[in-house]
Amino acid sequence: MSTPALPAPDPRLRDPALWSRLAWASAALVLLWPLAVACEFRPWVLLEADNLRVSGQFLASFLPPALGAEFLWLVARETWRTVAIATAGITLGLLIAVPATLLSARALSVSALGGRMAALPFVLRQALRWALIVLRSVPELVWALVFVRVVGLGPTAGVLAIALTYGGMLGKVYGDILDSGDPHATETLLRNGSGRLQAFAYGLLPQNAAELTSYTIYRWECAIRSSVVLGFVGAGGLGQQLDSSMKMFAGGEVATMLAVFVALVALADRTSSGLRRALG
Amino acid sequence: MRIEAQGLSARHPAARSGAAAALAPLDLHIGAGEQVVVIGPSGAGKTTLLQALACALPPSAGRLQLNGQDPWSLPRSALQRLRGRLFLAPQTPPLPPRQRVVTAVLAGRLPAMGLAASLASLFYPRDIPAAHEALERFDLADKLFERVDRLSGGERQRVGLARALVAPATLWLIDEPLSALDPTRARQALAALTDEARQRGITLVATLHQVDLALAAFPRVIGLRDGALAFDLPAAQVSPGHLARLYDQHEDELRAAPATAVDPPPAPPAPVVMHCR
Repeated sequence: MSTPALPAPDPRLRDPALWSRLAWASAALVLLWPLAVACEFRPWVLLEADNLRVSGQFLASFLPPALGAEFLWLVARETWRTVAIATAGITLGLLIAVPATLLSARALSVSALGGRMAALPFVLRQALRWALIVLRSVPELVWALVFVRVVGLGPTAGVLAIALTYGGMLGKVYGDILDSGDPHATETLLRNGSGRLQAFAYGLLPQNAAELTSYTIYRWECAIRSSVVLGFVGAGGLGQQLDSSMKMFAGGEVATMLAVFVALVALADRTSSGLRRALG
Repeated sequence: MRIEAQGLSARHPAARSGAAAALAPLDLHIGAGEQVVVIGPSGAGKTTLLQALACALPPSAGRLQLNGQDPWSLPRSALQRLRGRLFLAPQTPPLPPRQRVVTAVLAGRLPAMGLAASLASLFYPRDIPAAHEALERFDLADKLFERVDRLSGGERQRVGLARALVAPATLWLIDEPLSALDPTRARQALAALTDEARQRGITLVATLHQVDLALAAFPRVIGLRDGALAFDLPAAQVSPGHLARLYDQHEDELRAAPATAVDPPPAPPAPVVMHCR
């Protein structure tokens, strides 16, 4: 029994995009190769017998997690400190971001109502945007190293570092959110003679509240992670504890603290979606 | 407020430089307290005319005077104060979702409120009776504390109109106030606008698609076609011939009032892509 021969495919039904897609895909591979070489990308190193044994031992040391009452109490205190660093940092960052956003959002420009923005407000907006770029282009780790020298070891350096970098980030993204939303309500308020802040409170903010809130909480979550990294350079909190546990090869303690991070991130995630639902 | 326009023409800021102006030079005099309706086929420049009169669009040529004053020669803060004395109601109601009706209506009063008062009014609305009274005129008093995005398209449009009644304005520029309303509501809403404007001595300029309502409710009718003035007559002198010429090749708009467009609730803004570090 023979299968009937397939009819020859009609050439007009062939996807004409096929060759260009293949060409672009292979071009991307050719371009990626030097990058892989430059960053010494050799994942198979992980699978060599020696390395597998070492990482196996390290991971095995995570079990059982450290659950001693004294250690848990220490973790609880440091967790609280980490949350405090992240929250205080974000709050200070908001002090930078909110005024910068209000001044730089194009949607709140009165002079742009008549078509083109006037020169002075334009220059002011650009200057603010550049200031925000400078603030956020310096990684918080570098700010932290600077502040550790100024104010000494401890959480203050972490708070200030997070405030500066996150102020820059929040200011930029708030501006982008406000300018990419529907401008109709705000524009109408401005056209009818409201002030800029009034138009913000009655038009722009209710229009974008859910977006702004969820982004802020997401940044808070990032700030918790980044306060851990800052802890490694002596800015206090759970990170500092994690650093010393790692150095003492106390895998169980590391595991407990990692579990706390997972819980914190999950908490931020739940809060964010709850607030989104309340505001949406 | 008195409007005088001489050779006024306007174009959208985003229009290509070669494109014809949305509004060809036109002369227009509207006295204080007068009620005027602008009719014409879609794309005739009705909205552009209202925006130019509302100082939302600078004239590309010609001159506009409000109460004998050229608004575009004023310093920016004075221009913004002047904008506070006129009220432009766009065709789609400018209501942010999640706002309550009472807040949305009282937003019309912002030009007359200080910043502190307007912020306090977000916590506890300043003048609930005024909002209630304005909504009552449009048969929406029971929706006072509802959220805007829970209203139907027609209700939202009437909330947008109720805003005019609390605004500290002496000139109302109302763009297509009836596009989402059924015939009964449309007549009611139009009567509310014209009656209030008459009682308060407010100048009213509206654009309408419903020609029969326009002729019945307004003493003066301006026909606009392809951005140019087709006629400017008392309503009684507008003949079927005038209308036939005005809507030539757009007869469907003349005969049947445009299908009541109930616009869907505004889509939430697209989420911004977020990156950590």
